[in-house]
Parts: sequence; C-alpha cells; structure tokens
Amino acid sequence: MSRRPALHAFTVQRLGASVLITTAVAALAAPFVAPHETDRRFPGLLNAPPTAVRLRDAAGSWRAPFIYPWTRVSQLEQRYEEDRTSPVPLAWLATGRLVASSDDGRAPLLLLGADSFGRDVFSRLLFGARLSLALALLAALGATLIGALLGGVAGYVGGVVDDVMMRASDFVLVLPAMYVALVLRAMMPLTLDAPAVFALLAAIFAVVGSPFIARGVRAIVRTERALDYAAAAASLGAGHARVLCRHLLPAARGFLVVEITLLVPAFIVAEATLSYVGLGFPDTIASWGTMLEDASNIAAFADFPWLLSPAAAMFLVVWGLNLTLQNRSAGAQYERLM
Amino acid sequence: MLFFLLRRLVFAGFLVFAVSSASLLLAELAPGDYVTGTLGFSATPEEMAALRARYGLDRPLAEQYVDWLARAARFDFGRSLANGRPVADLISEAAANTALLATTALVLATFIGLPLGVFSGARAGGVLPGMVRAASVFLLSMPPLLTSLFLVFLAARTGWFPIGGMSSIGPGGPGGNMESFEYVAIDLLRHMVVPVLALALPLSAMFERLQAQATAEVIAQPYVLATLARGVPRSRVVWRDALKAALRPVASIYGLVVGTLLSGSFAVEVITTWPGLGSLMLNALRARDVYLVAGCAAAGSIFLAAGTLVSDAALALVDPRARE
Repeated sequence: MSRRPALHAFTVQRLGASVLITTAVAALAAPFVAPHETDRRFPGLLNAPPTAVRLRDAAGSWRAPFIYPWTRVSQLEQRYEEDRTSPVPLAWLATGRLVASSDDGRAPLLLLGADSFGRDVFSRLLFGARLSLALALLAALGATLIGALLGGVAGYVGGVVDDVMMRASDFVLVLPAMYVALVLRAMMPLTLDAPAVFALLAAIFAVVGSPFIARGVRAIVRTERALDYAAAAASLGAGHARVLCRHLLPAARGFLVVEITLLVPAFIVAEATLSYVGLGFPDTIASWGTMLEDASNIAAFADFPWLLSPAAAMFLVVWGLNLTLQNRSAGAQYERLM
Repeated sequence: MLFFLLRRLVFAGFLVFAVSSASLLLAELAPGDYVTGTLGFSATPEEMAALRARYGLDRPLAEQYVDWLARAARFDFGRSLANGRPVADLISEAAANTALLATTALVLATFIGLPLGVFSGARAGGVLPGMVRAASVFLLSMPPLLTSLFLVFLAARTGWFPIGGMSSIGPGGPGGNMESFEYVAIDLLRHMVVPVLALALPLSAMFERLQAQATAEVIAQPYVLATLARGVPRSRVVWRDALKAALRPVASIYGLVVGTLLSGSFAVEVITTWPGLGSLMLNALRARDVYLVAGCAAAGSIFLAAGTLVSDAALALVDPRARE
C-alpha cells in the first residue's frame, strides 16, 4: 500500500506553522502593525466596509499605494461608496506605526472595515489576539501546573488518595466543560472590570482543564514509578518530592506539551463563548469574544461580514495547530475543543 | 453483565444528585439574588425583604437546600422565580428541544462520518480520500461556536434557511395552512438545518478521522491480506470484516460525545436562538433563578447519564472485553 509522499505532509506542516507564526508575530507587534488605537471611533464610518489599498488611480496611471475615502450613501442602511476624486496616500512608518492613512480624519485605513461603533476591526483584532491568546496560554499553563501536581501526587502516593482523586477527576471529566465554566463564571458578580475577568477566567479554565492533565500524568507517573531508575534515585537518598519532581514528572513532558496544544485553542473558544453571551470581558475591551458579541448585538453578519473576522482568526489558529501537529488524536481534539 | 449495569445505574443516580445539588448551592451562594436583580437599586430594604420572604429566599441555605431535596425526591422541582411556572414544565420543553438537536446531529454525523472514514482509511493514496481527509482537518478546527456563526451567516446571506428560532408559525410567518401536520413538520425541519449542521459537521469530521485510522490499522493486518489472497472481494473485506473490527474507537468515544454535544449545543442554541436547555440555563443563571438552574443541571446530567449508559452498552456490544 503506497503511503502519501513525505514532501506533502511537510508542506502542510509548514503551512500550519506559518499561520501560527504570523498570528503570534501580529499579536506581539500589535502596537506597531495596527493602524489605530482600539478605542478610536470614526463616527461617520459605522459598519464601513474594508478599505481597499490601490495602486492605480481613476485615470489609470500607477502610483504608490493609496486609498479612497468612504462617502456615506445611505445612513439608514449604512452603505458607503468610494470617493474616487480624492485619493489619500498611505504614510509608512509615520508616528511609530507600520502603515496608516496620511489623513486619518478624512480617510482612515480600515483594512477589515469598522464595527458598529466605527472602530477599526483590524486593529481591534490584533490587540484582541493579545488578550485572547494570553488568557488561553496562561490558563493552559495553570491547568498544566494543577494537573501535573494532582496527577503526580495521585500516581506517586497511590492507594486511597489515588482512588479519591481519580474518581473526582473522572466525575469532572464527564461533565460538559462549557457548562462547568458557565456556572463557575455566573457564580461571580456578573459585571467585573477587565483585570478581574482575566484572572477569574484564567482560574476557571485552569480548574476545568486540569483533570485532563491529571489523568494522563497519573498514568505516566504510575508506570515510571515502578522502573529501576526511580528506585535508584530513592536509594540514593532522594526524598519523595525530589523523586517525583526531578525524576518522574520529566517523563510526562511530551504528554504535557501535546495537552497544552489541545487546551489553548479550547480556551480561546471558551473565552469567545463566554464573552458572546455577555459573561466575559466588558465590551469596551478588545478581545476576540467581545468583538463577536458586538457583531451579534445587531445580528449584522449578513450585511457586514467583516465583523466575523475574529471567528475567522480563531479558526486559523486552531487549523494552524491541527495542521502543524498531525499526530494528535482526533478524539482528543474534538473533546477538548467543544 | 448485570452487576456492570447496576454499577453504572448507581453512578448515574449519583451524577444527577451531585450535579443538581452543586449547581443549586453555587447559584444560592453567588453574590446577588433574584430579588436584587429584579427590583434594582431603587428598591427599599423592606420591599426586598418582603419579596425574599415570599419566595422563601430568606431562610438559611441549609434549610432551603433540604427542602428542595425533599421535594425533588418527589419529582417536584419547585417553581421558576421569574414566571412562576413549574420548573419541571419549563425544562421538559427545553430538554426535548435540546435532545432533538443533539440526537439528530449524532445520527447524522454517524451516517456521514463512519462511511467516509472507512472509505478514506481503506486506501492511503488517491485524490478523493485526500480531499475527505483535508475536509476533516478543516472541520475539526471549527468548534460549534464557529460553525454556527458561519452557517447563520450563510443562511442569512442566501436566505435558504431560517437563521434562528424553532418555528415561523404565528403572525409574520409564511402563508399556507399553518395547522396541518406537514406544514409544522417541514417548518421545524427547515429551522433545524442550521443548528443541526453546526453540531454535526465537526462531529462527523471526528468520526471520519477515528474510523479512517482504525480502518487503516485493521487493513494493514496480515489476516486481511490472507483473506484477500483467498479471493474474497476487497469491498466485502473492507465494508464487512474490517468495519466490524475497526468499530471500537468510535464506539468507545460515544460516551464522551454526549458531554461535548451538550457543551457544543450551548453555543449553537445561543447563536441560533434555539429554545433549548442551554439558553434556558443561561437566562436562569443570569437572573439567579435558583430552582430553574438546579432543574436545568438535573436535566443535563440525566442526559449525560443516559448517554454514558447507552455508550457503555454499545461498547459492550462491539467489544466483549468491555463487558467485564
């Protein structure tokens, strides 16, 4: 039976990795790449469509990249048309930004259009990526820490402790993760400021994600514990904590890395879901979830599809991960992500 | 086998008890209660106290809990604070709607995912299996939150399907005889397309991947080669013998799928405004409608328990080792 040539798999992996790297770089460099602040409003441009960057003007001659201003055709329907008579050149590396319009008041550069408050969706997407990705990464690390500790102790000590802890984690794993997070979140005051929401969501996600890690780490520690090197370390006088942390837990490293790559996308989506139903970040803060919530308020996807760009960004991150790491089980991917 | 089922039943009972108790207690402990939410800031302390006394919210937590437990044991789950209707009535409607969504999605995903998985797993090369595989990786990257957003967008843009709710019967609905059974059924089916697909697409992608891997593994076994060498037609080997031997991974994941379907249906229900358990629970949590929260949790955990029971039975059916 012929196997798919290795080159193909390699190309696919590179595609996935480049998607991920682009996202990470864009998020890190957001203050430089984003043309606007996240809360800058253009009152005349509510739900304006994306600005097209052009190279040829109306007369047909080539020139440096420029844009046309939007003029509002219908205020009621929020329809806009390009004003072909007055091209506005782009300003590169001015005011510490990679690129922006040279006349922001008249023709702002809106690469992904504007939202219902007239804010630049592209800039919000980049800054939102920082918040959403940082939250997901932090929560995944927290889940790893809690899970590795609990699983390690359960596997190392064994006996009743092991039984109780694994029964408890089995119980939590059966529950639909989204509902557990929802109930825990709804238990807290419904409106909180952004740092409080960040800490709270990170803590909730870490707790909800940790049983997945604990279960796996426990199994690894249990098998490793019976091996000779663990006995050798103990006979050299290493204490329990040292044997567990220095010698046994490192065996779970590969497992932990895979788990983190499964949990991060799950937490990105969980933040978006909670923000979508109004239990996430306050709507002045730019995160992928609050941006989706804004799109939902007026059920405006059909007329203003650029409002769905955070959903597209989320998909790209998860897809990039799935293409890069093809050896993770489909069942685990599905189970975590929902 | 009997002992196995009995143990699962005890676990199921414990699950329902623990989940509903925990959510009732959490909802009671949460800051703010139903009264502060409805009366707002302008209410005097006397008004609030009077309303609390009316709903029995002024009693100690332990007393409220024991009282609720005693009544729940007789299948009386209290009344919703928000509209006074019995919780059991509210929930049975919503639970039926969620169950309709989830079971349709599960059946659909099984019938799409399994055959495609056998097809793409049985041959390693080829353009068509490669396309199936790529489509699966694509859809596996889309949780129901995203599939429902994109499908709602598609439906709104093209106008092919309704984008929300469960029926368009009543004022503003299309003409025709709205009483007739066919009309109601077709209307419901049309409303189901978007939410069911949103749930079923990622699920079928997962089934396809699992089944493809399992099929490929089974087909690489020497006994399959031996069977082929004896002259048994390849299609029969793949679709009958290998299929049976490769069913175990999918069968064993069914138990997990029930939980994830509930999780996924939360996002789908909220986005497509499907009147199911998810939307009901969200509103109950927001309003601190404590008995309704507990009732929703109980209903959800009954689903879970039933799902795990069915999946255990399914696994026992395809894999005798699981019966012990």
